[in-house]
Amino acid sequence: MLDFVQQLVSGIALGCVYGLIALGFVLVYKATEVVNFAQGDLMMLGGFFAFTFIGMLGLNYWLGFAGAVIAMAAFGMLAERVVVRPILGYPQFSIIMATIGLGYFLRSVVGMIWGTDDFKIETPFSDGVLRIGSLVLAYDKLSVIAATVILCALLYLFFNRTTLGTAMRASSENMLAAYYMGIPVKRVVSIVWAISAAVATAAGVLLAPITFIHSNVGLVLGLKAFPAAVLGGFGSIPGAVVGGVLIGVIESMAGFYLPQGWKDVAPYIVLLVVLLLKPEGLFGLHTRKKV
Amino acid sequence: MRFLFKTDYEDDIRLFPHSGYIVSYGILLAFLAIAPFVLSSYLVSQLVFVCIYATVGVGLMILTGFTGQASLGHAAFLAIGAYTAAFLQQYNVPFPVYFLAAGLLTGVVGALVGFPALRLQGIYLVIATISFAFIVEEVLARWESVTHGNEGMRVKTLWLFGQAVPQNGPTFYFLCLAVLILTIVGTLNLLRSPTGRAFVAIRDSETAARSMGVNVSLYKVKSFAISAAITGLAGVLFAHKLSFISPEMFTLQLSIEFIIVILIGGTFSLHGAVLGAIFLVMIDPFLTYLKDDMPGIIAGIAATFGADSVTAGKIYSNVAAVASANGLKGAIYGVIIVLFVLFEPLGLYGRWLKIKLFFQLFPLYKRATFKRQKIYVKSERNR
Repeated sequence: MLDFVQQLVSGIALGCVYGLIALGFVLVYKATEVVNFAQGDLMMLGGFFAFTFIGMLGLNYWLGFAGAVIAMAAFGMLAERVVVRPILGYPQFSIIMATIGLGYFLRSVVGMIWGTDDFKIETPFSDGVLRIGSLVLAYDKLSVIAATVILCALLYLFFNRTTLGTAMRASSENMLAAYYMGIPVKRVVSIVWAISAAVATAAGVLLAPITFIHSNVGLVLGLKAFPAAVLGGFGSIPGAVVGGVLIGVIESMAGFYLPQGWKDVAPYIVLLVVLLLKPEGLFGLHTRKKV
Repeated sequence: MRFLFKTDYEDDIRLFPHSGYIVSYGILLAFLAIAPFVLSSYLVSQLVFVCIYATVGVGLMILTGFTGQASLGHAAFLAIGAYTAAFLQQYNVPFPVYFLAAGLLTGVVGALVGFPALRLQGIYLVIATISFAFIVEEVLARWESVTHGNEGMRVKTLWLFGQAVPQNGPTFYFLCLAVLILTIVGTLNLLRSPTGRAFVAIRDSETAARSMGVNVSLYKVKSFAISAAITGLAGVLFAHKLSFISPEMFTLQLSIEFIIVILIGGTFSLHGAVLGAIFLVMIDPFLTYLKDDMPGIIAGIAATFGADSVTAGKIYSNVAAVASANGLKGAIYGVIIVLFVLFEPLGLYGRWLKIKLFFQLFPLYKRATFKRQKIYVKSERNR
């Protein structure tokens, strides 16, 4: 039983990271109908920025964290301006390919600049553990869970309660109509990319104590975040996090109870089953094609 | 400019619309026939890879280019073809039999993937095919009694009609070339048949195709099966060329390379698959060249523009450091994909058509002829 709870908690922590990356997918998808295959790589880049600020320049953890988030938000805007904006409105597949290309580029450039070793960021809560009876919970895992809940709540409120959030939802529904209604669609898209890059950075920094940062971490985790986003229903903010947690728990349980090898495929099997049985996901809006 | 006067439907679907085609393809074929005897063995080996990649490209083109179903899982089909060949070869099955068996098996798997894919569109289909490829990769790594797991499988030399066909010899090159040409001719024939026109109709508008009486589900599954089967055939050649296969060769990276092949070539014509394959395979020799010669060339240019020898030396070592950096290939891939998507969405073949039209219409060429239409209105969720 204790094993089970231990696995459950580490699964939830891992799942929260998937959820945070999936949140980035969902934000961009919600506002622009673009699926950003480079989301994991943005997370990786964010982690490296934070590593540079904290590990190499010796800044305070929180200061470095904030610096990385701001730098990545700017980078997200830049990436949107250079890669995505010229092809908005073209078939989705072109944009998918462009973001795949961006991901390739980021991975190898990061590999060239920082090298291909594993890096660790020292955090104020790296070593501490919380003991509840005989249950041992590491603070770094708990910090991921707490940050995910807070970010998710903030973004949910932002999208549903603020004018800017409404503008984002409108421009995703119908870009042209949103433009006619006076919404500055281009700026909205730009802001969405900034937010999603910032969320990705948060994921990267929180992840650093758990799995270390290396140039391929984004690809590995980014591809795990897809099942999370689909499971939750692409386009739903709470769905992304719930999907992420489910995938994380499934992966962690499969690694513990099933023979070797299941751990890596379990998320994809779940994904295929979900796509077959309920393609709109757990929280997705059911839409029917109109002629 | 040549105007073709078409009087009936037969004229419209001819394989060679006019005699110019026969002449130019004849010359190309002659060059390809003498290639192994004049080119260095390294280049011939690259040409074999061009043939294999182009065959996969043609397969993927049927699915993505003509039926409009994106797939990022074609490495899995290639793997299934390659492993079928390696497995059957252990039992001394002759090449023609396991070649066709690999195609058949991959085709069946393709159809099985096609059925669930019927309900999926766009991004969901991409994600589903990625997951399928991951699962296949993991199965290959774990099913050790058949695939030898991560140790990989050795593929013996190919025997055809009682003769050994070593993977570096000209015979193997001609075999790959023959497979490619047969695939292309077969695909061209397919595309001018009712099936091919149904594929194109589905790509252009599924709703319109359905209302014209096209059985969309049937044709989508057919497209998946044909595309997978062709990829499986290429997989057999791939296995023989490398003479060793292991699961980590067939990763997402390879699937992305296949997509790059058709994206760079141009997704609307089979020419694109071949051009894209040439481009992708020739990146490697180009990068080697870059590594060896580029620093000297750039330092030389700097010297001619008045840099003194110290600066030139510094430039030389800097460029050499960049050119031999580890991830350079990935970065160049990334930049190439982005540039093609942004500036040349019709690919290399599209560029060729533009240049051709420019000279045909000489003073009257308009750039807008090839302009893409932007669609801001539709949300794919409601489509």
